[in-house]
Amino acid sequence: MERLADLVLLLVLLSGFLVLGTTRLTTCIRAVAIQGALLGLLPVILHPQWSVHTVGLAAGTILVKAIVLPRFLIWAIREAAVRREVEPRLGYLASLVLGILAVATAGVVAGRLPVPGDHPVLLVPTALAVVIMGLQVLATRAKALIQVVGYLMLENGIYVFGLTSVDRVPFLIEVGVLLDIFVAVFIMGIVVFHINREFDSLDSARLTELHD
Amino acid sequence: MTGSTAVGALALLLVAPGVPGVATKTKSWLTGRRGAPVTQLYWDLLRLLRKGAVYSTTTTWVFRVAPVAGVVAPLLALGLLPLDGSAALFSFSGDFVGFAGLLALGRFAFVLAALDTGSSFEGMGASRDAAFASLVEPALFIDFLVLVMATGQLTLAGALSGAQPLAWGTTAPALAMAVVSLFFVMLAEASRVPVDDPATHLELTMIHEVAALDYSGPDLALVLYGAALRMTLMAALPTILVVARTIHSPGATLASLLGGVLVTAILVGVVESVMARLRLSRVPQFLVAASVLASLGAILQLLT
Repeated sequence: MERLADLVLLLVLLSGFLVLGTTRLTTCIRAVAIQGALLGLLPVILHPQWSVHTVGLAAGTILVKAIVLPRFLIWAIREAAVRREVEPRLGYLASLVLGILAVATAGVVAGRLPVPGDHPVLLVPTALAVVIMGLQVLATRAKALIQVVGYLMLENGIYVFGLTSVDRVPFLIEVGVLLDIFVAVFIMGIVVFHINREFDSLDSARLTELHD
Repeated sequence: MTGSTAVGALALLLVAPGVPGVATKTKSWLTGRRGAPVTQLYWDLLRLLRKGAVYSTTTTWVFRVAPVAGVVAPLLALGLLPLDGSAALFSFSGDFVGFAGLLALGRFAFVLAALDTGSSFEGMGASRDAAFASLVEPALFIDFLVLVMATGQLTLAGALSGAQPLAWGTTAPALAMAVVSLFFVMLAEASRVPVDDPATHLELTMIHEVAALDYSGPDLALVLYGAALRMTLMAALPTILVVARTIHSPGATLASLLGGVLVTAILVGVVESVMARLRLSRVPQFLVAASVLASLGAILQLLT
């Protein structure tokens, strides 16, 4: 079980790198959807004595993170006629190298972080690394839509971190996180449409040119 | 022990021209064509060996040495691998640097020969070849780093062989990253899609092929055989890593090594039929991805 969990966490990290390295918006969204599905599997793997709670959590996570939100984003692309390229402010190569630095930093920090409980080696490093990668996408990509993807990754990282205390604070964190994401993406979706309708562009750099 | 390694090396030398053939055949099948026979390269080599060579008057001895170096370098590198899963033909401390050095030496001779022809097209191909090779090398070295960290051995034979007490176990994620990264390195070293397209014949886009434009007869045969051998060598490297840790008898290891090389060739064919060659400006991204995977492996190795 431990080994399987490490494998899933590794795939979560790799999907993060896919978001950083790809040139296509739809690939980014698919990568984040895969990441969501993997996250849904995690509670079931970590707590083999299945309860209604863990299974429900897994099903809910997969439904929201891997099906609803990605579909919503893809629909937004088509609806807002967004161009399919990512258009990064920071090059893909630099993004990938920063990503690897993020994993290294996360590894060092996780080694010093006193997280209570018994969990796979990769759990805390992955959580921190995915958070940093999400922040990186938020900071270095120009398009509003890809920033939503970055925000989702950030939330995914927090979700992984929440898994460390899932047996002590059941139900509370997860529902909070799921709601959080839902609301945030909803708002950002509205913002995305707004920007698109007013200025015919999803480039957040244009926001500085707002009048009134 | 060394006897079975020698048999393995001989087998790989014989199989080498068939490896690109298998990749091409897979690609043909997947795209709904019948394709050239797998043995096509053997016949090409025989035909070329019976022909005479034509040399441009601008070329010097550098041009004639390169094809030989292109075969000898991967041949020597092959001797560093523990083909039967226990011992290599020769081995010394830190020999993975020698392995990378031999690969670089073959490429260096080839680049010099391309420049020696005085043709602008060949110079262009050579410059691309050298530029991409400089990005492949870090990936290769970080992969070796992962191997050394996982096994604590400073020779390729020691790090790759299954004689180590440590099996897949705790190092599995790191070694898996290394294997995938080595597959990417193989695609680049063997000039296959997505780095280079062996089927293209447009001078502006090809890399390896263009630098070989001036060769004819036996020299061209050596160049073609050298490329096939290089591909076989780079396919054998990740295969041994997987095989030697799972199987423990020399004979079975040799058989599964050959099988693994075949599977790798089929994988190359699959890759070629599902994606096109990357735009030249995108190739470095692919190669850095190989380094990133390898570094991820190194970090994982440190964490676990």
